[in-house]
Amino acid sequence: MIKYLLVFVAVLGIGWILWQLGVEFQTAQELNPLASEYVRGSTSDLNMPNAVTAVVVSYRGLDTLGEVTVLFLATAGIGFLLKRRKRSAGLEIDDTDGAANVPVCDESALAGLEFDATGTTDPQNNLSNSLGSLSNSAVKTRTEGSEILKTGANMLVPMIVVLGIYIFTHGHLSPGGGFQGGVVIASGILMLIMAETRFHLSHLLLHISESLSGLAYVAMGLAGLILLGVDHFLDPRYLLAGQFLALFSAGAVPVIYSLIGIKVGSELASVLASIQHEGEEL
Amino acid sequence: MILLITGMLLILAGIWAILVKKDIIRMIIGFTVVDTGVHLLIVAIGYVKGGTAPIIDRAVSTADASFAGMQAISKVVDPVPSALVLTAIVIGLAVTGLMLAYAVRLNKATGSTNIDDHEEQKW
Repeated sequence: MIKYLLVFVAVLGIGWILWQLGVEFQTAQELNPLASEYVRGSTSDLNMPNAVTAVVVSYRGLDTLGEVTVLFLATAGIGFLLKRRKRSAGLEIDDTDGAANVPVCDESALAGLEFDATGTTDPQNNLSNSLGSLSNSAVKTRTEGSEILKTGANMLVPMIVVLGIYIFTHGHLSPGGGFQGGVVIASGILMLIMAETRFHLSHLLLHISESLSGLAYVAMGLAGLILLGVDHFLDPRYLLAGQFLALFSAGAVPVIYSLIGIKVGSELASVLASIQHEGEEL
Repeated sequence: MILLITGMLLILAGIWAILVKKDIIRMIIGFTVVDTGVHLLIVAIGYVKGGTAPIIDRAVSTADASFAGMQAISKVVDPVPSALVLTAIVIGLAVTGLMLAYAVRLNKATGSTNIDDHEEQKW
């Protein structure tokens, strides 16, 4: 009871803070000076119609680099948490968290709890498996996708991937860009994973495309630094501005946004791959 | 204004879910609800009365690109909050995936996603 009261007080307090924001707030009648400078600059300076892309890739390019880094770290964390332990010849788990696992499996063996043997070579784990023989999620098999899902996936996945590529290459002209296009590609790969049980993404290929696109993104930023001078990091104007509304216009923006698209797509695909392989024998 | 109030209510509902619910999956759902509320709040702050998306299309642009930009300033919303939310949605997806991966790992280790079964995690 006292807990609910405390939670209620906490929610009320946060509500009061938000209310302070709300009563002061008035919908703006016109753009503030910074935003109008961005909108004007995206057409006259960078030669592209999409002001949001101008902000993401150029004006706040360093923020975007940081966000891509956050995305990479989250992906790396997922891969670390859901990592499959390889069957080793010895009886030892040579993982970093192997030491933390041993007391847990003792406990679960005694309590007869379900314990998923992530390192099945360990004799204690085998013991806990035989004792707590409720179920073992490591040996469960995924059900095959239905005929409709399989046929639909075969037909739709190429189109979804092409749509994703279209979205991130046209990020400077129309609504969309690297982040959205990458998510669209990853959703196509999710459909493929759901439809086919034997579909395996090549981790090596994902790692290579992710690393190379990230490296090329930083290189594109550094090229601005080298070609245009200091305080021009991630400035896309070292390539030709081109014709307004053409595909190859706005300097390096389409290139940078395509690289971001490849990076986001391969990162989210590797998240899906690690979730898929989790709980399956490799 | 409606957008702002909806965002605030979503934030409060999400915080309620994070603090009250016992199941870790439900707490993660609470986090995503807070995420959505914050996105709505940021978009609402960037809204300009009667504004449209900050993309200068062919109808607005006549011949001169910079003239089109001058015309567009009176018609579009603030592009900066839109850009922030655009990246925040993708980051939110990845962070939700990270939380779910942690929940899966915890479930594997102890066979439970109830927060009361993890007393040792308390400070």
